[in-house]
Amino acid sequence: MSENMKLTLKVWRQKDAKSQGKLETYQLDKISEHMSFLEMLDVLNEQLINTGEEPVAFDHDCREGICGMCSLYINGEAHGPDRGVTTCQLHMRMFKDGDTIYIEPFRSKAFPVIKDLVVDRGSFDRIQHAGGFVSVNTSGNTIDANTIPIPKEDADNAFDAATCIGCGACVATCKNSSAMLFVSAKVAQFSLLPQGKIEAKDRVLNMVHQMDLEGFGNCTNTGACEVECPKGISLENIAIMNKEYFKASTKA
Amino acid sequence: MSVLDSKTPSGPIKDQWTNHKNNINLVNPANKRLIDIIVVGTGLAGGSAAASLAEMGYKVKAFAFQDSPRRAHSIAAQGGINAAKNYQNDGDSVYRLFYDTVKGGDYRARESNVYRLAEVSASIIDQCVAQGVPFAREYGGLLDNRSFGGVLVSRTFYAKGQTGQQLLLGAYSAMNRQIGKGKIKMYNRHEMLELVVVDGKARGIIARDMVTGKLERHSAHAVVIASGGYGNVFFLSTNAMGSNATAAWRIHKKGAYFANPCYTQIHPTCIPRSGDYQSKLTLMSESLRNDGRIWVPKNMEDVEGIRSGKIKPKDLSVDQRDYYLERRYPAFGNLVPRDVASRAAKERCDAGYGVNKTGEAVFLDFASAIERYGKEKAYVLGMHNPTDAEVKDLGKKVIEDKYGNLFQMYQKITDDNPYETPMMIYPAVHYTMGGIWVDYNLMTTIPGCYAAGEANFSDHGANRLGASALMQGLADGYFVLPYTIGDYLSHEIRTGEISTDLPEFVAAEKEVYDRLNTLINIKGTKSVDHFHKELGKVMWDNVGMSRNAAGLKEAGEKIRKIRDEFWKDVLVPGTMNEFNPELEKAARVADFLELGELFAKDALERNESCGGHFREESVELDGEQKGEAKRDDVNYRYVAAWEWTGDPAQAKLHKEELEFKDIELKQRSYK
Repeated sequence: MSENMKLTLKVWRQKDAKSQGKLETYQLDKISEHMSFLEMLDVLNEQLINTGEEPVAFDHDCREGICGMCSLYINGEAHGPDRGVTTCQLHMRMFKDGDTIYIEPFRSKAFPVIKDLVVDRGSFDRIQHAGGFVSVNTSGNTIDANTIPIPKEDADNAFDAATCIGCGACVATCKNSSAMLFVSAKVAQFSLLPQGKIEAKDRVLNMVHQMDLEGFGNCTNTGACEVECPKGISLENIAIMNKEYFKASTKA
Repeated sequence: MSVLDSKTPSGPIKDQWTNHKNNINLVNPANKRLIDIIVVGTGLAGGSAAASLAEMGYKVKAFAFQDSPRRAHSIAAQGGINAAKNYQNDGDSVYRLFYDTVKGGDYRARESNVYRLAEVSASIIDQCVAQGVPFAREYGGLLDNRSFGGVLVSRTFYAKGQTGQQLLLGAYSAMNRQIGKGKIKMYNRHEMLELVVVDGKARGIIARDMVTGKLERHSAHAVVIASGGYGNVFFLSTNAMGSNATAAWRIHKKGAYFANPCYTQIHPTCIPRSGDYQSKLTLMSESLRNDGRIWVPKNMEDVEGIRSGKIKPKDLSVDQRDYYLERRYPAFGNLVPRDVASRAAKERCDAGYGVNKTGEAVFLDFASAIERYGKEKAYVLGMHNPTDAEVKDLGKKVIEDKYGNLFQMYQKITDDNPYETPMMIYPAVHYTMGGIWVDYNLMTTIPGCYAAGEANFSDHGANRLGASALMQGLADGYFVLPYTIGDYLSHEIRTGEISTDLPEFVAAEKEVYDRLNTLINIKGTKSVDHFHKELGKVMWDNVGMSRNAAGLKEAGEKIRKIRDEFWKDVLVPGTMNEFNPELEKAARVADFLELGELFAKDALERNESCGGHFREESVELDGEQKGEAKRDDVNYRYVAAWEWTGDPAQAKLHKEELEFKDIELKQRSYK
């Protein structure tokens, strides 16, 4: 139990997308183990502001592990050393007094740095624009929600795939910068539900096409993405997507 | 003081919406292509509105301060969404949902709006299922329901503890379809900083590109504000760090009345704060109160034993515990509405029975539910003499299926295992019922400017029931606004494209530039957070769960002082023309410092207790309801809508008298 940890931080600083970045060293003390990792960075920023230095820019919003806005590559791991959490849910009790912590942005060609630790994940949105939806208008006249029963197992599996928060940890972790786990989560969710089956073919072809255009690498089944995924999105989704893709590309 | 016209349609309440839809003007498809609509905010209300309006053929521009519409804070809603489907055959109906919502809001909402909300609720579920939202299902493949506080039926649809996420991703997918078609132009990492009004009508906004810092002018024939609530005026709340009131406050300062700012929901089940560094508070879904029992020890020595760690909560027997909600409210027990549960927790903690070091925590205990579910499961599996350990294991599985992600979230934050030891919880600011005043069409007092979702004041009165926020956000965005906005826009078909070179745009942009430039150049000595925390402390201490006249007057003075200091001594590093989170925060806190003062003024003016607004001067003095909140229908049965006059202390009050034709005004009893 410690309310008084001393830490050395090595933080990636980069003025903007065009500038060259580098690691800067900062010393912190009086860090409580009950703080979240981002609260520790708040303390650092307050210290920097009060000494006339520019605070470190990092993405964050909900701070409860669901919005997917926070990122950070901490000591060589996306979202840091804990499992099943985002950076905002990572707590300082995972570190020890005297530790040196390396903090870098998520790195991928498809995630250019905006400033310091903030990256542009617009490529993820563009993949979703290509097919991450069911084509149904808002009319108030769709069929009653209970008209089509869906086996509980399918509904549960679709839900598990749909819990992806789009943070990009899978890409940052993958040695190929592959976005297959992210894309497959959406493809799998819809492929398991009757509502999604009608457009299954176009969806998988269009989303994969966009994924390739954005410059993400391919999947070589190392499985690191699944380990680092804060929401435990399963590699099985990639298998489902490959099956869907194969079906779609072989049928005329 | 003027009388506000709610534009509620005439006729019986059950026919109002249908008749209104039949009578409002339509815009023909060829003309829709020539009409621009700006939507600010992409949560449930803004996202669903943007998608629906684009489907209908309007040209939509949507703005989000996050890097993607999918990050809006609706995503964090946990428990569920209400709908009057009556799938459980427990007597639910549109009328009953309407009744529960009006009663839950302590008779301070507009009947006609609430009835419409209940009426369209069933369509929301149909729509979301059609979009591929994976709601929880039973083994027969049909949708499952659970119950929530303040009601006696099971009408809440859910997706584990991530209902908001799944609904938002549904609205996001509907937006994506339109973005892909070029019907919505999406502006991520853009923040609206001013409304542009031309000839008395909303004609556009000034937005800041948060990456480059550049100010942009955007014009439109109508502007929809769906930017959420203002809970972060308290600094600590369950809102996201970026949640802010700037869009709402900016339209207020341009002529939109701000209604009932004092109606704020303090949610009973949040993780207690742990230290001064705390940046936000985390909610534990109200759905947990379905299965969790809330208690504190009966005896003070046990309280001390638990605080010092000498005894464990599970060492205390049932008769050593005070299940105070079950004791005080036998009819509703642990499922009383949020305002009632929060005040009851505060009452026990103020009396010294809080169970953690700060004295601000009570237990939420799942041991009984684990045992009950375990026995049921064992029976189903044909195990006739299960051991205690087997029952516990089976029960834990059931609880995990229902609330797994919430339990995991709790454990990660507190380092305690809630399957083994009770959770500790305490109330925290969660939702704001007050907001921009709108009429039946969701239009503000500025023609062409609309407000939807949490940003408006309309449906929840003085207290929102659980699982009703998601319902309202999607009702506004999918099923109300897309119709009602046409009535106004039908008069805009001859307007043509609106130039952003108009002097009003130039002036509004300069206003924003000057404001930001001033903030950057104060170069004081204290950070933005310093002032935000000071404001939050005043709000929580004086304008929190329990309020009185002296404290509210003091709050007004203190906030004014903090605001003066802020404008003299704030330190905003960096420049305007770059990615600058401190500058963004400074502009938002500047607005909170005005809103907070109006909030206190509104709370002072309303000398009655209703819903989330509790005035110590207005309590029942005797009888069965002794000590409970006392509403004053003779003097305060109105919506307080405030007009900006240049200073929050001098805001001008306008009243909308509330009429209750379909529901009898009664004291809200949950005993």
